[in-house]
Amino acid sequence: MRDVAVVSFAQSANVRRENRRNEVEMLIPVVKDAIDKSGIPKQKIGFTCSGSSDYLAGQSFSFVMAVDSLGAWPPIAESHVEMDGAWALYEAWVKIQCGEADSALIFSFGRSSPGTLRETLNLQMDPYTLAPLAADPVSMAALQARALLESSDHTEREMAAIAARSRRDAKANEFAQLKGDFDVDELLATPYFVSPLRIHDCPPISDGAAAMVIAADDLARRTCEKPAWIRGIDNRIESHQLGLRDLSRSPSTRLAGQKAGVDPGSIDVAELHAPFSHQELILRDALDLGDGVVINPSGGAMAANAIMVAGLTRIGEAANAIWRGSAERALAHATSGPCLQQNLVCVLGEK
Amino acid sequence: MSEERSPVKSIVTPSRLEYDYTPGTATTRFLRGMKEGRILGQRCPSCRKVYVPARGSCPRCGVPTEEEVEVSGRGTVTTFCVVRVPSENIDLKLPYTAAHILLDGADIPFFALIQECDAEAVRMGMRVEAVWAPREEWGPTLENIRYFRPIDEPDVPFDEFKEHL
Repeated sequence: MRDVAVVSFAQSANVRRENRRNEVEMLIPVVKDAIDKSGIPKQKIGFTCSGSSDYLAGQSFSFVMAVDSLGAWPPIAESHVEMDGAWALYEAWVKIQCGEADSALIFSFGRSSPGTLRETLNLQMDPYTLAPLAADPVSMAALQARALLESSDHTEREMAAIAARSRRDAKANEFAQLKGDFDVDELLATPYFVSPLRIHDCPPISDGAAAMVIAADDLARRTCEKPAWIRGIDNRIESHQLGLRDLSRSPSTRLAGQKAGVDPGSIDVAELHAPFSHQELILRDALDLGDGVVINPSGGAMAANAIMVAGLTRIGEAANAIWRGSAERALAHATSGPCLQQNLVCVLGEK
Repeated sequence: MSEERSPVKSIVTPSRLEYDYTPGTATTRFLRGMKEGRILGQRCPSCRKVYVPARGSCPRCGVPTEEEVEVSGRGTVTTFCVVRVPSENIDLKLPYTAAHILLDGADIPFFALIQECDAEAVRMGMRVEAVWAPREEWGPTLENIRYFRPIDEPDVPFDEFKEHL
């Protein structure tokens, strides 16, 4: 295996509605920032991979237009996944492992504001038996939260505490959208939104973009003062049919964590992609993360949740934790699909 | 085969999504220019090429474009095709011609229809001009330009536009 490291990361502010700039205009400064910070000249980057969804943009082939933000001349080797940017990172990592590139640019963008997110994400469901029922992501997350509360000792108070902690920590994150001090008792006194979820248990709806550069071996050592080495990365998926899954657990996260070589005792910081508060509880259980692990110091997806971006951002924030010295070893997790259907786990280390 | 055993061959599950499209800052300026009867492009600060419609970036250099440039409603056909098949939502007499037109002052061709001449008469290098809708109908839309028509100017030699096909 080649040693591959995250050498730079950049993100836009997450906002509810970016209605001035289009996707390309949002991406240009973010991509430039990531490339500049990497110290690798643009023309030397061997591969580019992006993650986004045309359903969010409401425009077919919006990812092709996004290439306009790159300055792809002379022509570049480029690919795209209709998934969170974390999976674009995975493709780029595989490309480097295969020896086809020594470095890669990964970027992702998501503007949920042009459409109605609960309706847009309904179309990711099985078109025969689920989409016609108007199964939307909040309702499905509520089913999952109910399954968890009924089958474990976890409580709505723990969920509210996660929401309060995330938004408090997000105060230090200039890119976060939903931040501030909230009192758990006051949160629990609010009505249900989609029972058993209250509004604070749900993520904000965000527009945003992010970009990252990764590099292998000596290139990473030469260009980056402190490369955040990818010590393991794996992704696993569960059935599309919610009825076939035990929603209170995340076996795909557990398996991805094992395959990525997660040693829970060695992890200092974990950036978990848990858009809904109860999902953090499920993920901590699946990864055996104890109380000693700092969870989501960035505020996580409860504070900024640009669809297709928030997963890549977890990896970027885990790298940030390595770079600022708050972790020797950090875990990053990304999810996609309803109720944590697909999960990617990545372990970053300063060594 | 009894009714309950006959296979379901198709189902219909209608879905509809509505979007508020954001053209972005550069395209917004372009569309506002259209409302005033002006065709606005932007020049790349790096390679100096002029893009019409303006999109806010140079796809070749990957840098933001800000310098606004008004280009002419006259231009040169760089390439074209003659359409001989009907298509939904297009109410034009067949055959008609769709063309790439390099507007004077621009570095990227503009897609438009050629009318007021035989489809067969359109050729590479032909000089054309925009025919606008009546002023009172102008809005922030490309539809203000109804089509292009030939003008009485000599054809442009291929070598002068071959970079812009």
